[in-house]
Amino acid sequence: MAGVFRRIAALAVLAVLAGAGPVAAQGMPAPDWEAIRERARGQTVYFNAWGGSSTANAYIAWVAERVRERNGIELRHVKVTDIAETVARVLAEKTAGRTDGGSVDLMWINGENFAAMKANGLLFGPFTDWLPHYRLVDTTGKPTTVDFTVPVDGMEAPWGMAQFVFVHDAAALPDPPRTIPDLLARARSNPGRFTYPQPPNFLGTTFLKQALLELAPDPGALRLPADDAAFDDVTAPLWDFLDALHPTLWRGGRVFPASGPDQRRLLNDGEVELSLAFTALEAASSIEAGLLPPTARVYALAGGTIGNANFVAIPFNATAKEGALVVADFLLTPEAQARKADPRHWGSDTVLDLNRLDPADRALFDAVPRHPAAPEPGALGAPLAEPHPSWMGRIEREWQRRYAAG
Amino acid sequence: MSAAHRLIPALTVAVIVGPVLVGLLGTVLPAFGVHPGLDGVGPGLDAWRDLMEAPGLATAVRLTVTTAFAATLLSLALAAGFCAAWHGSPWFARLRRLLPPLLAVPHAAFAIGFAFLVAPSGWLVRLVFPWGTGWTQPPDVALIQDPLGIALILALVCKEVPFLVLVIVAALGQTRADAMLAAARALGYGPVTAWLLVVLPPVYRQVRLPVLAVLAYSLSAVEPALLLAPTAPPPLTPLVLRWFADPDLALQFRAAAGAVLQLAIVAASIALWLAAERPVVAAGRWRIAAGRRGGPGRPVRLATGGAMTLAVAAVVGAMAVLAVWALAWTWRFPDALPDRWSTATLAAAWPELAVPAGHTLLVAGLATGLALVLAVGCLEGARRGRAAAPHRVLLMIHLPLLMPAVGFLFGVQVALVAGGLDGTLAAVVWVHLLYVLPYVFLTLADPWRSFDERYERTARGLGVGPLTVFVRVRLAMLLRPLLTAAAVGFAVSVGQYLPTLFAGGGRVATLTTEAMALAAGGDRRVVAVYAFAQGALPLVAFVLALAVPAVLHRNRKGMHAG
Repeated sequence: MAGVFRRIAALAVLAVLAGAGPVAAQGMPAPDWEAIRERARGQTVYFNAWGGSSTANAYIAWVAERVRERNGIELRHVKVTDIAETVARVLAEKTAGRTDGGSVDLMWINGENFAAMKANGLLFGPFTDWLPHYRLVDTTGKPTTVDFTVPVDGMEAPWGMAQFVFVHDAAALPDPPRTIPDLLARARSNPGRFTYPQPPNFLGTTFLKQALLELAPDPGALRLPADDAAFDDVTAPLWDFLDALHPTLWRGGRVFPASGPDQRRLLNDGEVELSLAFTALEAASSIEAGLLPPTARVYALAGGTIGNANFVAIPFNATAKEGALVVADFLLTPEAQARKADPRHWGSDTVLDLNRLDPADRALFDAVPRHPAAPEPGALGAPLAEPHPSWMGRIEREWQRRYAAG
Repeated sequence: MSAAHRLIPALTVAVIVGPVLVGLLGTVLPAFGVHPGLDGVGPGLDAWRDLMEAPGLATAVRLTVTTAFAATLLSLALAAGFCAAWHGSPWFARLRRLLPPLLAVPHAAFAIGFAFLVAPSGWLVRLVFPWGTGWTQPPDVALIQDPLGIALILALVCKEVPFLVLVIVAALGQTRADAMLAAARALGYGPVTAWLLVVLPPVYRQVRLPVLAVLAYSLSAVEPALLLAPTAPPPLTPLVLRWFADPDLALQFRAAAGAVLQLAIVAASIALWLAAERPVVAAGRWRIAAGRRGGPGRPVRLATGGAMTLAVAAVVGAMAVLAVWALAWTWRFPDALPDRWSTATLAAAWPELAVPAGHTLLVAGLATGLALVLAVGCLEGARRGRAAAPHRVLLMIHLPLLMPAVGFLFGVQVALVAGGLDGTLAAVVWVHLLYVLPYVFLTLADPWRSFDERYERTARGLGVGPLTVFVRVRLAMLLRPLLTAAAVGFAVSVGQYLPTLFAGGGRVATLTTEAMALAAGGDRRVVAVYAFAQGALPLVAFVLALAVPAVLHRNRKGMHAG
């Protein structure tokens, strides 16, 4: 049985490498899950995931404990400062001709990194249909099948939902700015108290995209791949806004925080009055972790904010593919997802469709206490779709040219 | 035994120089468009054109060069000035004993603690806050990550001054410093002037290599640059690292060209430094010819004593603030101390620390053990060998100290991936050895060479075999310097960040790589736990290096430290 799986996996890898992608894999019989579980036992799974959040790290440590008990899998969290490093690494392995025995088994990914890996044939799959708990995923109401407009095609398993939010201390700033122009006005009247993480950090880039969605005369253009002619026209209002904003930023816009949590620290220290995050439960979980005062709250802009899902993917040359599959499936269990939704443990919205859960599993989610700093259901508005990933690289490059050339 | 004398030096040079050459090749070739794995680019200068157009390159280079020269000049001036002004005083002897542990604090731990200390919302501002600053918020002043890189320079100086003082002290032992000083004083020269004019020239000749190593390190430092330098753009090394990590493959070529540029900058800077020695010597000669005797040098004493105290206080303060943060639960600005203390962070981090701490110990232990064997083999080989050639060849093992890590680690990584060795413990130990061995060698060389051979001859005369004499006389009597060298090597290994990252591929996580990964996040408490653990390990090693001989030699009066 295991041998069959190995052949199927090899076929899938070959198909992906040949550029045929999921099409060639259509009609492929789903491998026997029990056989996968059997082979996964005793494997060591290297999970490359951003290591800058101690809550997320603690959650992954809990996952490691659970899959050790349940499946006899040794999960190792490889803490990276940016998952792009891992993409570069897998790419380096492919160019070195290492088609198996790769150093990465599972990675936390989305957006441009997923797009780059998918385009370069660096992913194993499609595999999501093999995961028993994938049937619980909300594939219609939540953007779990499209990643920054790029079809997922079963090449990555959804892990969490994210919505871009602003964080403020309601005691210090009771009425925060709710539009991009208001933000500029606030920064002008109170200079030195706003900033954003330095692109290419994803939160910084998301802030740029968020501003662009609100400022662009035709936001629809952002759904299509970027091209040179359109880029200048579409992004001109963004650069005007940033040119006006930067002199009013923290440190005069000459230094930027490294990441969202870095900026949260600045908010907690009172250096800035707003922070940015990619989870509706940011304030709740940060309060629980002692990283923000109890009066911290999140809010979205009046016109809505960008929302997306994040995923886990398996590199084409992963050493412990079976182990990675079992871990990816465990991450989708109601047990794991309910814990992840709890601000005491992480505070990240579930990708599951709660209506598909049986009452016992549903109870796990109902048992998660509502946190006073969690936004009311619906308070953040419907999430806005991400622009096409090709905009991201261009905006980042232009940003570097304009604001990071010293 | 005799075959080993010839083999070990050759093996050592191969083990150290081999990877450096392979790494250089693997970095230089892509910089000129040749990459074994990537197609679509032929030999050419495209990478350089791309590099020259990269945003921020000029600023990054300027920042790199100015901070490194400022840090090196300041460190050397402070170290030499301090030795000149305080040499021979009891305070000097006391401080000297404090220096090795200070030196042992890894750059990452120190830079993290230093940032906690001097940031606008850091401990120093918090401590003075209640007394009439009138601030309700942290000042919006770039006390770290300032555009001129002053915070980076100061952090480098704090770490490099103890190193330079120690090597100057070691060199003093090899020169007739006291006699020359006495002669100059007898001619009426003030103490500081006498030291600078008479003692410094021969001492400088001895410490030239460490000074150049400080210059090379300052030009290519990673951890302090990542944590304390400005970011838009950063100095050259972080900028090159950013390109290496980019998923856009085309940037690999630009990154390789940047790494070669980094190499060229280090080479040019070393050349410039050596060229600048001449006018300095000429000025010194002119000063001697002028014949002014100089005063008692009280201002120099005050200035260097004060600066030295500040540097020591910065390192101690950085470790202290790490300890406080590790035990804090909530500590908001402007409180001078946490309002809630907790061991929760420590308790949560404890099980997570086990694996990286285990890796750190294992890698450091193996690299240090190997380095000791090789260094002893080389020193013994050179001592017994008749030709002077081994000495010159052995100088090559110091190559990694003068080479910027990004200049060859990338090529090393390519070779390791091609050989299927990346991410293995062996690869990490090997790459650590490149840095551990030169320091072990530097530490061990003097005591080894100055060991009185008559002890061995006496033992041989009593009819004991050469191996037994080697083990029971030489090694036994040199236990203290051997353990000190081991502690130095251990500390160097614990501190390695970039080499661990490149050779380990993230799989061999150490306290250093974990601390640096967490440092980008915002939870000071967890960062503090890791950084403190990283800083504490080498300190433990130094305490052991002092305690073990003290216990073993408790009944040997002649073996006690003088």
